[in-house]
This record gives sequence, structure tokens and C-alpha cells, in this order.
Amino acid sequence: MACNLTPLISPQALEPHISAQIMTLHHTKHHQTYITNLNAALGKLSTAVSTSDITTQVALQPAIRFNAGGHINHSLFWLNLSPPSSPDAKSSAAPQLTSAINKKWGDMETFKSAFNTQLLGIQGSGWGWLVKEEGKNDLRIMTTKDQDPVVEAGLVPVFGVDMWEHAYYLQYNNVKADYVKEIWSVINWKVAEERFLGAQKNAFGMLKASM
Amino acid sequence: MASTMLRTSALRSTIRATPTVASKRARLAGVSFVRGKATLPDLPYDYGALEPAINGKIMELHHSKHHNTYVTSYNQAIEKLQEAQQAQDIAGQIALKPLINFHGGGHINHTLFWENLAPKNQGGGEPPSGSLSKAIDGSFGSLDAMKQKFNTALAGIQGSGWAWLVQDTQTGSISIKTYANQDPVVGQFRPILGIDAWEHAYYLQYQNRKAEYFSAVWDVVNWKAAEKRFK
Ligand SMILES: [Fe+2]
Ligand SMILES: [Fe+2]
Repeated sequence: MACNLTPLISPQALEPHISAQIMTLHHTKHHQTYITNLNAALGKLSTAVSTSDITTQVALQPAIRFNAGGHINHSLFWLNLSPPSSPDAKSSAAPQLTSAINKKWGDMETFKSAFNTQLLGIQGSGWGWLVKEEGKNDLRIMTTKDQDPVVEAGLVPVFGVDMWEHAYYLQYNNVKADYVKEIWSVINWKVAEERFLGAQKNAFGMLKASM
Repeated sequence: MASTMLRTSALRSTIRATPTVASKRARLAGVSFVRGKATLPDLPYDYGALEPAINGKIMELHHSKHHNTYVTSYNQAIEKLQEAQQAQDIAGQIALKPLINFHGGGHINHTLFWENLAPKNQGGGEPPSGSLSKAIDGSFGSLDAMKQKFNTALAGIQGSGWAWLVQDTQTGSISIKTYANQDPVVGQFRPILGIDAWEHAYYLQYQNRKAEYFSAVWDVVNWKAAEKRFK
């Protein structure tokens, strides 16, 4: 069974914070390439499984992890972004998450600044995540390298920010500090609240829909 | 909509790449230091001189912003290291290692990269000669076969990084290696030729079509610089 690219509402929806050109390339080229390469690797895996070829199965793992990670991360990312004019783009759309953030970091501004420091500290390509421990309301900020996804048991990705250069370069060039400042205008707090209140499998629900 | 923006962006790159950019020329004597501080080396060619393989806007940002940030951040990390040394804070010194590796590596890698590129009228793209050429033929069969293998290595990098033609300092043999992020070629291997596979190295011109950048960059590879590194 192959994965497919789910359409975006509109590439202009996040302007002026993320340009339509970035969104179009990011979605139809970068995300699509992860899906294409994932499907190719999964096809080879299924052949290797049916022929009991264990060495090939193992050799395919890095390609599966990288491309599946790219698919998972971008699928989470599109959904946790919102047009800036929408009420979903206000943290008031996430009352319970906001109170957990305030409890952990004191206030929203302190949290955002801690998150941005982590984003800007990534050495190379990667992602920043707000993560909840399943069953608890405890939050933490995590970074992952390249396309490593947050799939460890018990962790729920509440929202993620893509820190690959392709996510901002056409608009912000080397000034990634501006990108991480602007991203807060397009975070979808309604989706973040839903993920915060749900389990890991709920956050990844859209992946099944893309099969 | 998107195609309009692409055109605007391409046009903007072309305009800025024309020689409005003042470019100082000076010798590029490896990693240079002034009063113990790393400094950004000048390029031995204009920002626009590698066109059409790499446009002037990319070169300007890559050199004056990205490379400069590695230099500045490396110097800051070294200052902190000196403080930790004076305070005999061993844990603090060790904790600085990732920053020194990343920013020091970024400085070394880019310095080597500018040297191993050249405009066509300064020898860019002219095939290697002498002992390096023989070593390439011996190890890969031909220069074209080496380039193909190198481009496959570049395309296979998962994230940011570099591909290098390296020489084993013990055996003298050459091979192609990839390095993550800004990990520099140090220790057992000697850097001969490096290509930057970070997205900032090509994105303004090639966007997601990185294979086109990898194939075009050979038009501006300075094999003379590579030959000087080969022992
Ligand atoms: Fe991305
Ligand atoms: Fe670079």
C-alpha cells in the first residue's frame, strides 16, 4: 500500500510569514520526494520480506527511517500550521495546553524564547518539537536531526517546526532568527490542543488517511 | 502564482549577481589568523565569477553571511574555551567541543571549498593532471567515473553535509567520503576536494533540484588546488 501526498489548503495561506513559493516547493517537491522514496524503499522491503532476504531488509532501514521520517514530520507540520488571520493561530485556541506551558515555563513568551533558542542551536538540518509525555501533562522541547521523527513510545508531538534550510531560505536567506520569530504567527494552536489532549496514535492518525 | 514568484526570484538573483558587488581580491592562504582570531578569508574571484554554475547571490550570502557566522561563532567558542582553561574548568572545556567542531569545521570546510573552486577563465573545470590524475584513474577508472561516484555520494547525504575526495595519510590511497553537517576532514584523512551539500549552497538557484547543482559544480572545480593538497 502506497503513501500519497495530502493536498494543502492553499500555498498562499501562510503569507506573509511563509511565502507561497516556499510552501509550493516544500509540499509538492520536498515532501513528495520523501513519499516517492519511501514507497520505493517499502516496495523493496516487501520483496525482501517475501524472499526471506534478511540482509536486504536490514540494509533498507536507513532509507526507510529517513524517508518515512520526512513523510511523518511534514504531515505533522502542515497540520500544525494555520493561516495567521484564523482564530486557530491564537494561543487562546489551546486553553489547556497554554496552562501546561505556563506551569512549566512561567509564561508563553518565556516558552517561545526557550523553543527558539533550541531551534537556533540545531547544527545542520533538523526539527524542533514541543512534546508531551503520554498519560502525563508534562511538556518538553526536543530537537531531532535530519528527518528523525518523534515516534518513541509514550511521546506525543504537539507541534513541530522544520529547521531545514529549504523551509525558509527563499524568503529569509541566512537569517533563520527571523523565520523562527515569524513562525509563531502561523502555529495552529487548535491542532496543538487536540494533540496535547490526545494519545500518540491520534497525532499520527493522518498518516493512515494518506495511505 | 508560484511560477510568478519563481520568475521574480530568479530575476532578482540575476540582478544582484551582476558586478555591483564589490569584491576584494587577496591571497587565500589557508585558514588565516589575526592576533589569534580566525578571520574570514577574501575570495580569490568575484561573487559572480562562478556563474552560471553558481550564481552571485548564492556566493555573496554563502561567503559574507554563512562563512562569516562560522568564523564569529568559532571565535566566541574559543574565547569561552580560554576562560574555561584559565578557570581550570575541565567539564566546561569538554562541553564546548561540539561548538568548536561545528563552527571550526564550518570555517575550515568553507575555506577549502572557496579554494577548490575557480571561474572558468582561471582554470575552473580543467581536468586534473599529474599524479592526482593518475590516482583518480587508478582508483575509479576515469575522471568521469569518479565524478559520478562523487555525485551519488552527494545525493545520498541525509540532511546537511559535505562530500570529499580524501587521501588516506597512511596508505596514500584516495576515496570519496561524506561528512555530516560541518564535520571537518581531520585525522586519518587529508581533504583533497570538497563540495558543500548544504541547501544554502544551491537553493536560491536550484531549489530542490540538487542533482543539477551537483552536475554543474564540476564546471568550476579548481583541480589545481586539489593537486596541491594531494601528496
Ligand atoms: Fe522540510
Ligand atoms: Fe556552506
